[in-house]
Amino acid sequence: MGKSNAAKGRYWKAHLRCVGVLLLIWFFVSFGCGILFRDWLDQSFPGVGSAPFGFWMAQQGSIICFVLILVAYAIRMARLEDNLEHDEEEAK
Amino acid sequence: MSQDGYNYLFIGLSFALYIGIAIRQRAGSTSEYYTAGGGVSPFANGMATAADWMSAATFISMAGSLAIGGYDGSRFLMGWTGGFVLLTVLMVPFLRKFGKATVPDFVGDRYYSKTARLVAVICAIFICLTYIMGQMRGVGLVFSQLFGIKIATGVIVGGAIVFFYAGLGGMKGITYTQVAQYCVMAFAYTIPAIFIAIALTNNFIPQLGFIGDYTAGKEAVPFLEKLNHINTDLGFAKYTDGSLSRIDMFCITAALMCGTAGLPHVIVRFFTVKNVKAVRTSACWTLSFIAVIYLTAPTIGAFSRVNLIENLNDKPYAETPSWFQDFEETGQMAWVDKNGDGKIQYWGAGKSESGKSGAVFLGKPVFKEGATGSFGERVVTNVVVTDNPNELYFGNDVMVMANPYMGGLPKWAIALLMAGCIAAALSTAAGLLLVLSTSISHDLMKKIVKPGLSDKEEIKYARLASLGALIVAIFFGINPPSTFVAKTVAFAFGLAASSFFPTLLMGIFSRRMNKEGAISGMISGILFTMSYIIYFQFMGGTKDQYFFGISPEGIGFLGMLINFGVAFSVAAFTPAPPKEVTDLIDNVRFPGGAETEAVDH
Repeated sequence: MGKSNAAKGRYWKAHLRCVGVLLLIWFFVSFGCGILFRDWLDQSFPGVGSAPFGFWMAQQGSIICFVLILVAYAIRMARLEDNLEHDEEEAK
Repeated sequence: MSQDGYNYLFIGLSFALYIGIAIRQRAGSTSEYYTAGGGVSPFANGMATAADWMSAATFISMAGSLAIGGYDGSRFLMGWTGGFVLLTVLMVPFLRKFGKATVPDFVGDRYYSKTARLVAVICAIFICLTYIMGQMRGVGLVFSQLFGIKIATGVIVGGAIVFFYAGLGGMKGITYTQVAQYCVMAFAYTIPAIFIAIALTNNFIPQLGFIGDYTAGKEAVPFLEKLNHINTDLGFAKYTDGSLSRIDMFCITAALMCGTAGLPHVIVRFFTVKNVKAVRTSACWTLSFIAVIYLTAPTIGAFSRVNLIENLNDKPYAETPSWFQDFEETGQMAWVDKNGDGKIQYWGAGKSESGKSGAVFLGKPVFKEGATGSFGERVVTNVVVTDNPNELYFGNDVMVMANPYMGGLPKWAIALLMAGCIAAALSTAAGLLLVLSTSISHDLMKKIVKPGLSDKEEIKYARLASLGALIVAIFFGINPPSTFVAKTVAFAFGLAASSFFPTLLMGIFSRRMNKEGAISGMISGILFTMSYIIYFQFMGGTKDQYFFGISPEGIGFLGMLINFGVAFSVAAFTPAPPKEVTDLIDNVRFPGGAETEAVDH
């Protein structure tokens, strides 16, 4: 039981870390690039095609990143769950 | 075949398809009624969720908001898709693991209290009703456009159809109809965009045309530069600049994101898949399907802005294309010839003497029945604003529908778009109706009022409740509290952000949060948000009274912070939750164990 609880604790921590990192990226691409630093990015970053960078991030780039974030989440969590299952098997 | 013929054909065919599916897949038990029995594949559920979630507001108004607001419209793009990320990583896997059929169920069990359940039910009903109003309005708009009937009649016809297949078919019925509806929507949205992209930018991928060159003029110029140029020429702000203050933009986007993550009708869609792993895969599919439409919307907005100006500005009224009169007929466009030259002038605030307003007249157009002006235009009775030269009025909602006419698209593409608009409104309305009816029959009747309810009776209540909810929704669809579909919907998000999102989040991630904290948080959050919205929408609050310059659209974000603040302070002074509840939290946090059935019977 003790070992299984330790495995669960590890799983939960790893899960929180994974969600935390993904949400940081989430915040950065949307609120960061699309709103807070947009003017600066528009002026000093090379545009995407003829679109200013910040504007493009707000209208297109952020959405593409969101899809990638979810794919990463699904892959990472499947991995973590497998690890937990494996650890729990061993604890028994 | 005439345009009407094509419209009838496409819409008739799509309806036959939806109703056929609903009849074949209609629900027999409560489990099928609420969660389709819990065995839908992640791919199919992904498509259905995308359709459920992509509302008439998205489909009809969003491109219009983008066309008018330029950069400002990004708040909808980022808000709705970004919220889906929150929903997936913070909410649904845990709620699915919990395994009950509705969101108030989780709130009731997690906060071990009937009061909490009741508050959650009331919040769910509020959110869904606000949201469904916008959908009914959308259905009404499309029908009135199509068949030349009044918007009110259109709303009633749409309501009857939704009731027919959602009220009767339940979750199982709507899941597969939504799959069909997504397909119709995706084609309906992208095909016109492709045609217009080819016409304007000589590139068949709209997203590349958007960042590429405008080739319809004498020489190729970067498309967005051209767009900025024609906007500033006419006295509008640059398309890529936007006019909202940064803090307002931030708050509205945040409210939309957190609101999306708290929308009960989207959350319940994930109760239809097999397990937590399937939830995550399904969410990836959903967002990919959504992205297909969301990446196209800004291109449609920008293209139609160019088309609108090129087609109408400085044109004599007598020479306007015939679609202009059609939209005038339904009251979505209007022209007041201020300078008496017989030409349409479309000018922005920059050309006005006061430098503030570009409004043609005050409020929505009210036409004098049967009266026409000296050039044959319909006469409005509104007070005309004379300190600016702008003469053209058009509603946001009109953009997507007018776009294919402006671009001169083939008739079948226009008919397909109409079918898509209706699919968008119907699919979301159906999902909302289902949550409304289950909230009433399951959470209110069975769990609070009449615990001994049998399965059969519960479904009967659900169907009755959906009828009642629909009547209210139709009423507000006819008399909407706000002019634009997208705005009405934005409020539903504000309410969801200030009530469900924080409560669910604390329920999953804080072991210390107790019922006293959650209930007081929910109540203060939603009360604050509602009174702010009501004050500014109905009681004539003005812009300079905004807190920190945050508009009612973005106030849900502040409401959410208040909810968190109140909940944690109250929880600190009241007893910790009992052991069953912390066990419950542990249970939802970890995968594995016995696969829980989707409904507790």
